[in-house]
Amino acid sequence: MACCVSDTSATPEPTQGAWPHRCPGTMFARGLKRKSAEDGEDVEGGLAGTQATPSYSLQRQSLLDMSLVKLQLCHMLVEPNLCRSVLIANTVRQIQEEMTQDGTWRVVAPQAAGRAPLDRLVSTEILCRSVREQEGERPAPDVGDGRMPGLVPGLSAVPSAQALRSPQSSLWEVDSSRENRGGFQKSLDQIFETLESKTPGSVEELFSDVDSSYYDLDAVLTGMVGSTQSGHGSGLQAFTSAATPPPGSSCRSDLGELDHAVEILVET
Amino acid sequence: MLLSLPALHLQTSEYHPLFQLPHGRRGPWCSPSGSPAPLSSETGCGEGSWILVCRLLVPTQVSLLSMEEDIDTRKINNSFLRDHSYATEADIISTVEFNHTGELLATGDKGGRVVIFQREQESKNQVHRRGEYNVYSTFQSHEPEFDYLKSLEIEEKINKIRWLPQQNAAYFLLSTNDKTVKLWKVSERDKRPEGYNLKDEEGRLRDPATITTLRVPVLRPMDLMVEATPRRVFANAHTYHINSISVNSDYETYMSADDLRINLWNFEITNQSFNIVDIKPANMEELTEVITAAEFHPHHCNSFVYSSSKGTIRLCDMRASALCDRHSKFFEEPEDPSNRSFFSEIISSISDVKFSHSGRYIMTRDYLTVKVWDLNMENRPIETYQVHDYLRSKLCSLYENDCIFDKFECVWNGSDSVIMTGSYNNFFRMFDRNTKRDVTLEASRENSKPRAILKPRKVCVGGKRRKDEISVDSLDFSKKILHTAWHPSENIIAVAATNNLYIFQDKVN
Repeated sequence: MACCVSDTSATPEPTQGAWPHRCPGTMFARGLKRKSAEDGEDVEGGLAGTQATPSYSLQRQSLLDMSLVKLQLCHMLVEPNLCRSVLIANTVRQIQEEMTQDGTWRVVAPQAAGRAPLDRLVSTEILCRSVREQEGERPAPDVGDGRMPGLVPGLSAVPSAQALRSPQSSLWEVDSSRENRGGFQKSLDQIFETLESKTPGSVEELFSDVDSSYYDLDAVLTGMVGSTQSGHGSGLQAFTSAATPPPGSSCRSDLGELDHAVEILVET
Repeated sequence: MLLSLPALHLQTSEYHPLFQLPHGRRGPWCSPSGSPAPLSSETGCGEGSWILVCRLLVPTQVSLLSMEEDIDTRKINNSFLRDHSYATEADIISTVEFNHTGELLATGDKGGRVVIFQREQESKNQVHRRGEYNVYSTFQSHEPEFDYLKSLEIEEKINKIRWLPQQNAAYFLLSTNDKTVKLWKVSERDKRPEGYNLKDEEGRLRDPATITTLRVPVLRPMDLMVEATPRRVFANAHTYHINSISVNSDYETYMSADDLRINLWNFEITNQSFNIVDIKPANMEELTEVITAAEFHPHHCNSFVYSSSKGTIRLCDMRASALCDRHSKFFEEPEDPSNRSFFSEIISSISDVKFSHSGRYIMTRDYLTVKVWDLNMENRPIETYQVHDYLRSKLCSLYENDCIFDKFECVWNGSDSVIMTGSYNNFFRMFDRNTKRDVTLEASRENSKPRAILKPRKVCVGGKRRKDEISVDSLDFSKKILHTAWHPSENIIAVAATNNLYIFQDKVN
């Protein structure tokens, strides 16, 4: 993977969604908060024009999504680097705290939490698929560009400069952007609930001698999301559904998820 | 003055031409006042005073064409080992370390191999050849393993090598991968017993009926052979990945540190270690900080420091309690509010910590700076050096391509007057603490012929780019200098660039 940080100076710089290469000091600087939730929906208003500071919330959301993808990388042959995972998780937590203060943090409605675990698995699978396809299909990853089409919810309407980035972006938009946005919101919440909240219910009872808190962070950090959410059914059922590979997925996460389920069973 | 030398011939075998061993080598642990040869004002670390001595590489297998730019087939002559057009990922150097006399230089690579280079001996007719290093010994230190319980591979990559001070004719070093530390003995054999009674010269058993006389076997000189044997294996003590090892000044113990724990070992005992630091929270969901590096004090065998991913350093005293959870000193610099961003914590994470030879200072490396701390002042460092501040505006891109998590190391020179660390684009930087001058040099095969003087490099931040400058956007972030080493008493440095090892020395030398 060629690691080149490049400015977008080679191509005419689009005004929408541009990372603030021109204003280095203000990139993600605090104190630039906006009061209202001007994020993805308000594409025209938030990104329009050649304003010096593009939408802070949009940048923040983008960073959050990027961080979540990094935490959920599915291909894992070797144990992930714990330092890197902790730093990314801290960044996510920091963003979440700020978004909570801003009031832009959307809490999942109770009815959404009651949905079947298969939905959550689907969203994870989409995440993995998008990451793999991005890495596979991107000819020369222009990381200076920082835009990841489709990962920022609601940006599917952004003009062609982004759509040209990679062929998979059109694939992304075929999966309705609304579903993806919902999927991301759900996986985001799952990560946060495992990171910050109390221990899960029935899982604890079944494996009380297992250090399940260790497993939680491991699950998050190693890409197996959703198996600790046992708001319905028994914990064992949650495990079997988690261990069942989502249909059509050829991702290595299948093996990883299964093995992590086995790990819980043997770990004492 | 440019001296042209033939391209260095690489010896991959373990055999070495016969040479004399000087007597009574007992490497000093370190001299408190520091050794001579500071960078003088004539040489300094300023312009044009470093020359390339040699570039070394030992390819494991010649099977793949590397991703290098200029694969010039004309350069591949009868000895293609000279050209590093062929390289595999297993050859990437992951650690570099001089021994205490500087006579030996050890490298570890991603393939689990250790290669030891030895300094060429001084000879009257070839004075200029002194300072070159040749392969002395090569051995496979660690093999890849598989953790069946977690279904994960354990990499064989050598994370760290540390030499023990020399106490007899053999050399000892510790090498570690993510999980296991090994003590290796490297010894020379230059005599062979001959004249056995029961065996003939080829080692075959003789027919007892043909033996009519008895003789005493005698030792005869033979070609020098260097052999490496594993003397101790310290395994199964770390749940997380080992990032540091450090030999204590008592020469009897050493410590190994992983992300959450530090263990103290005795060299003689491999089935036990003492846990001296444990920062694992009871609830792993509360984990926000990990250990990134650790080192023993060079003189006080009870003190050590460890650094964290939050940019803090803790000095601990093992006399205070068995488990050093409470630090004796806590070093942290208050955050600069004007520079605050979402990446502030990540770039404050310390990737390396090193005591000065005097034991009075510690040096830390975070993503953008190198800091020198006085052990007697905890609230801020006494010196801060910007390594590549032009990256501050690129942090988001560097976060995206994971470069922001690169762990750069830093080193002191023998007299603690100059510090050195690496950067991207095969650049490395030196800072003279006395003159406050700094220099950026490049370790690349294009620009360096043997004995050529290194030209200082400059990165242009914005505006007009001068002729020899390179713009920030042209930097190659896949070429990073993470590992460097400085000879303990002379101005000789070793710089690891991917699978190449560059050795530079001060021109005056």
